[in-house]
Amino acid sequence: MTPEFRAGERVRVRAVDPVGHTRVPRYVRGHVGRIVECQGRWALADDRAAGVAEPRVEPVYTVAFAAGDLWGAGGHEVTVDLWESYIERVRRDGS
Amino acid sequence: MSGEHTSVPVAARVRRLEERLIEAGVVGQAQLDEALGAMLKGASPVNGARIVARAWCDAGFRERLLTDANAALPEVGLSMAGGIQEQRLKVVENTAGTHHVLVCTLCSCYPVGLLGPSPSWYKSEAYRSRVVREPRAVLAEFGLELPDDTTIRVWDSSAESRYMVLPRRPEGTAGRSEPELAALVTREGLIGTAAV
Repeated sequence: MTPEFRAGERVRVRAVDPVGHTRVPRYVRGHVGRIVECQGRWALADDRAAGVAEPRVEPVYTVAFAAGDLWGAGGHEVTVDLWESYIERVRRDGS
Repeated sequence: MSGEHTSVPVAARVRRLEERLIEAGVVGQAQLDEALGAMLKGASPVNGARIVARAWCDAGFRERLLTDANAALPEVGLSMAGGIQEQRLKVVENTAGTHHVLVCTLCSCYPVGLLGPSPSWYKSEAYRSRVVREPRAVLAEFGLELPDDTTIRVWDSSAESRYMVLPRRPEGTAGRSEPELAALVTREGLIGTAAV
């Protein structure tokens, strides 16, 4: 699986609410961030937690979010590690 | 927030889980002790401090450390391979304009081998929920007042990655040896809740 996203690209975290374990922190769901780098490929934590025999292996990205986008205030930045299936490309019109 | 306080509910929960596993015959007390001992053998902030001191003294090592920490660690006799699988290490460098601080909002991911067992506040819900939202205020409670124009970056280590902060070398330390420099570095400095 070749990484779908490159450094600098804007991505939106899927606004999911899955049953069971996930590594998508609630506070970034639905928010737009910027890809910092691709870390490598790891087994999807959700599959591993569910005991899936052959967990999906996906690129994991460091994604940076502006505090103002997350909380409506703050000048800092928060980076979160996100598996590829947690995020989607932001289209040119911002949707 | 003080430097140390016990998190009794978490400890009690862990103990109940251990008891259930022992009762069910999944694991024995001796095996648990052995596994914990193996994990903590050599796990100390002294390791992180040694890495920092080497980076302060050796520009080439510093560069390799920031580019690919896993490849650089063997140069100081360390690695990230102590656990079930080798973890990725990312070292983030404080500069005049940027300060880094670590957290794991979902649980308590942390480079135990390089920083030693994590402080109880690192696992507390208060730290985990607040530092991503208002890091400047949280750091001030630790006694770290940052200039208004310093950019703060919070690293939420919620994957197979672990992070470590490379603090800024203190002023007036020219000519000090690596061991002397390493002695200046604290566990809090490696997490980012202290300057060094």
